[in-house]
Amino acid sequence: MASDRPNPDALLRRVQAEEERSSRAALKIFFGYAPGVGKTFTMLESALRLKAQGVDVVAGCVETHGRPETAALVAGLEVLPRREVAYRGTALSEFDLDPALARKPRVLLLDELAHTNAPGSRHKKRWQDVLELLEAGIEVHTTLNVQHVESLNDVVAQITYVRVRETVPDSILERADEIELVDLPPDELAQRLREGKVYLPDQARRAADHFFKRGNLLALRELTLRSAAQRIDVDLRAHRLEHDIKTTWPAAERILVCVGASPSSGKVLRGARRMAAGLRAEWVAAYVDAPDAHRATKADRDRLRAHLRLAESMGAEVVRLVGSRVSEEILGYAREHNITRIVIGKPTHARWKDLLKGSIVNQLVRDSDDIEINFISGDDAHRAGNPGSQKAKKRPNWTGIGVAVGLVAAATVGSVLARSVMAQADQVMVYLLIIMLVAYRYGRTPSLVAAGLSVATYDFFLVAPHYTFNIESGRHLLTFSVMFGVGIAISSLTSRLRGQERGARIREARTSALYSLSRELATAKDESAAAKAAAVHSAKAFGGDSAVLVGDAANNLSVKGASRSDLALSEEELAVARWVTEHGRPAGAGTDTLPGARLTCFPIRAEAMTFGALAVVTPSIELLDVEHREFLDAFLRQVALAIERVRFTEEAKVSALRIRTEETRSALLGAVSHDLRTPLGAITGAGTALREDRGKLDPEQRLELCDTICTEAERMERLVGNILDMVRLESGGIVPKREWVPLEDAVGSALSRLEVRLGTREVRVGLPPGLPLLSVDPVLIEQLFVNLFDNVIKHCGPDAPIDVAARVADRTLEIEVADRGPGLLAGTEHQVFDKFYRGPGSRAGGVGLGLSICRGILAAHDGTISAENRPGGGALFRIALPIPESPPAVPTGDPGSTGEEEDT
Amino acid sequence: MSDPKALVLIVEDEWQMLRFLRTALSAQDYRVLEASTLKDALVAATTHNPELILLDLGLPDGDGIDLTRQIRQWSHVPIIVISARGREGDKVAALDAGADDYLTKPFGVNELLARMRVAQRHAAMVGTDISSTVLEVRNVRIDQAKREVTVDGREVHLTPIEYRLLVLLAKNAGKVLLHRQILKEVWGPPYVNETHYLRVFMTQLRQKIESDPARPRLLVTEPGVGYRIKDG
Repeated sequence: MASDRPNPDALLRRVQAEEERSSRAALKIFFGYAPGVGKTFTMLESALRLKAQGVDVVAGCVETHGRPETAALVAGLEVLPRREVAYRGTALSEFDLDPALARKPRVLLLDELAHTNAPGSRHKKRWQDVLELLEAGIEVHTTLNVQHVESLNDVVAQITYVRVRETVPDSILERADEIELVDLPPDELAQRLREGKVYLPDQARRAADHFFKRGNLLALRELTLRSAAQRIDVDLRAHRLEHDIKTTWPAAERILVCVGASPSSGKVLRGARRMAAGLRAEWVAAYVDAPDAHRATKADRDRLRAHLRLAESMGAEVVRLVGSRVSEEILGYAREHNITRIVIGKPTHARWKDLLKGSIVNQLVRDSDDIEINFISGDDAHRAGNPGSQKAKKRPNWTGIGVAVGLVAAATVGSVLARSVMAQADQVMVYLLIIMLVAYRYGRTPSLVAAGLSVATYDFFLVAPHYTFNIESGRHLLTFSVMFGVGIAISSLTSRLRGQERGARIREARTSALYSLSRELATAKDESAAAKAAAVHSAKAFGGDSAVLVGDAANNLSVKGASRSDLALSEEELAVARWVTEHGRPAGAGTDTLPGARLTCFPIRAEAMTFGALAVVTPSIELLDVEHREFLDAFLRQVALAIERVRFTEEAKVSALRIRTEETRSALLGAVSHDLRTPLGAITGAGTALREDRGKLDPEQRLELCDTICTEAERMERLVGNILDMVRLESGGIVPKREWVPLEDAVGSALSRLEVRLGTREVRVGLPPGLPLLSVDPVLIEQLFVNLFDNVIKHCGPDAPIDVAARVADRTLEIEVADRGPGLLAGTEHQVFDKFYRGPGSRAGGVGLGLSICRGILAAHDGTISAENRPGGGALFRIALPIPESPPAVPTGDPGSTGEEEDT
Repeated sequence: MSDPKALVLIVEDEWQMLRFLRTALSAQDYRVLEASTLKDALVAATTHNPELILLDLGLPDGDGIDLTRQIRQWSHVPIIVISARGREGDKVAALDAGADDYLTKPFGVNELLARMRVAQRHAAMVGTDISSTVLEVRNVRIDQAKREVTVDGREVHLTPIEYRLLVLLAKNAGKVLLHRQILKEVWGPPYVNETHYLRVFMTQLRQKIESDPARPRLLVTEPGVGYRIKDG
């Protein structure tokens, strides 16, 4: 069945498990078969030994039960303060988790692993506290009695007739790195009990007499020794495997246990768990969601839920299968996943049901081929623990039955009246039609009523001899049975169809919910948008209110999106979310951690990273149910992926910006070093020449040198100005200070600034009257025109005219600045706006920033600029600026009108 | 043209700049007084009573704008700010604090002398009533008594607002007037933030006064700061 050869994957797993074990904190359990065998005492003794060796040992919670020798041992240790909890009038003293985590000793002693915490504690059970302590890297020593082990619970109950409610999942025992067996012969224990040395709570006194019978103690002791031995065996085998891989490799067993709502399923699960532990096999608990499962009662559903949780807590993987044929679904899954054994409860229902509906067990056994089928008796229940569910005791559908009766009556009356013209076959067809209609509309019971009634009335009214149930010939018997059979077949088919339809509808609703979520998440540009979308969709899909909390770089969790804007989370609720984010497990209402909270939080995680938590307040469905788990997981995964994507995008953006800044910086350095040194060189040269002049220069030469100094200084000033402008724009801090500006003002201001440099150059400004006001930063927009005109001055001859034109086109003001210079080199229409781009052979010393500043200024104003060659020669720059919606009014704006305003 | 032997206080901490100013002004027959800190400047201003102050803003012991405010509490002495800070906000702040003019470094000596002359002339006019006199700026002549404006001898019709605007600028010819100052004077205090009124009317005024309204040479915009009639 399975290969005996060493499996590299398994080896790798071992190595990984080993590594994990060496890096994590150890758990040591002092294991005993009954109270009073001395577990606590042994634990304390070992703790004192450790302390003597200098290990930091602290007693978290140790019950001395008033025994002086135990108390004496405790006195030698540091004891953490307990938390006082008032519960139903009595003061309980509980172990306080947070101070222990804060104290962070190397080893913590925590008595009674199976203890149930007082309400209001973070976790329901102490073993959960232990897990959190271990996670925090604190080694824990604890005590446990055999009857508290989940998978042995039944056996102990059978032996002692005492059912223990406080149980510890087997996974904790498996997690333990060391189990120390604390043993005491039963006779000695009985002796100690008589001497009153064993503490028992009052309510346990009654049970105690029975519990501490010698026979029981012997049996419990054997059970304890055996389970400890099994554990040793496991260790031994693991050791052998690690060191000598030639020894027999265990077949990789996989067990599937069928779970249902039947009360016996719990026992079946525990049996399967023991089997899985014995075989060291992985195990899967499967339940089949049949189309008629919606007819299960609430009690059934609750029980099923409890069983699935139990399975999970015992370490099983829980799977939900959907299909109408239970055995096929189970076998299909089993084959797909290499299941070697199927465990199922023994059927105990009446045999006729099997005949009627087909036996799941029979089908399983027949079709299982090489998969072993194991039965476990579910003797504490009436019904078998087979999958599927019990039928609900539903109220009969009286409307449906009424309609069925009415329709059959009508058909009968019609058929009686039309007896002469209707063939008997037609009458049968009419009845079948009615059965089908009723089945389709009202379901199974009414259609069965219709079928029965049809047969009866057909016989009574329409089959000779009329008005009696007697029949003449046997062939009518066949008609009746066919009629009834077809009726039943139709009704069951129809109701199954309805069930499937319902299932399909739910699946479809979930798929579409996920789809719309993913669509919205895909368009989310930042974390808040993603969080908001997730919260809104969560509220839509699960009901109630939702909030999505995301941690920032410093791990501070905050609400990034909520389904309602006024949804506020209290400090305690935020603490729940924090815990969830830290530990990657759900917590809050309905879970075992912080169950007192109003909300339930689920971790949003992708791979190893937990981004935050989804907080759900009063959802309309039980989110923790296994049946919703898949959907919830998919939902959370999508949110996590979206947040991850957004983060990656942001990171990419930041690094892209960094690269661009880096490029700009190096280009700037290059430009500065070259372009600033050139004029400086001229200035220095001319200056020194003037200084060193010993009367040799004539006045004209001196003037020329002075001119050089002035011109070069001016050029440098422009360069520096441009570089500064660029840096200001680049730093991204430019928010235009918008004011209402007439275009004439901006152009005119630029021209008067360039007055000297323009010289005699002709500037033809053709601005039509009545242009709308622009909402722009007046300084920036003036700079825009200065740069554009300056560009012309640099590249064109001293007499080349500049043309400025503007027109309004569809809420945009289009401005053209054109010259009659050499024009643009083909293909450089876009490049000219790049930083540090300089036209080939550009003689005027510029850094190549002017036009790029223009583009920056326009971008800040939601405008655009483009360049092209002008028909007839020269360059043409086209600017588009949006025209604002509502320009302000200017009183008495009519030019030329006089006297309208009082001269005050 | 400048009043010979006028006493100018130069407040500047850059030694090279100081040397340039000292040389340039002495050559123009100005008497020069120097200070390189706010404290010295204040002492010099109070003891020597200079006729003009050239003030750098960034001084080792404080900001020149504070000094401007302090001096304005008791004196109308013209203050011209000379600064490397070229941002509009800095200019507005200095002018608002009471400075008469603002020159951004680097500047040429001619520009500086022209501004100094304008400032001195305005200082000389303080206290004299010029509301009924004739104002002349280049080719524009404003006869306030007749409320008549002529450009190159040709009469132009102005709306009352335009007229008030022109008169205000002409009275302060050569000097930068802040947007808010103009708006307050012409439209009234409630309108100090309606800069677009001013811009629109200025465009209209240029149409009537300027020879080439698209390329103004008389009514000049100081971007982000205000307007000025360019004198001479």
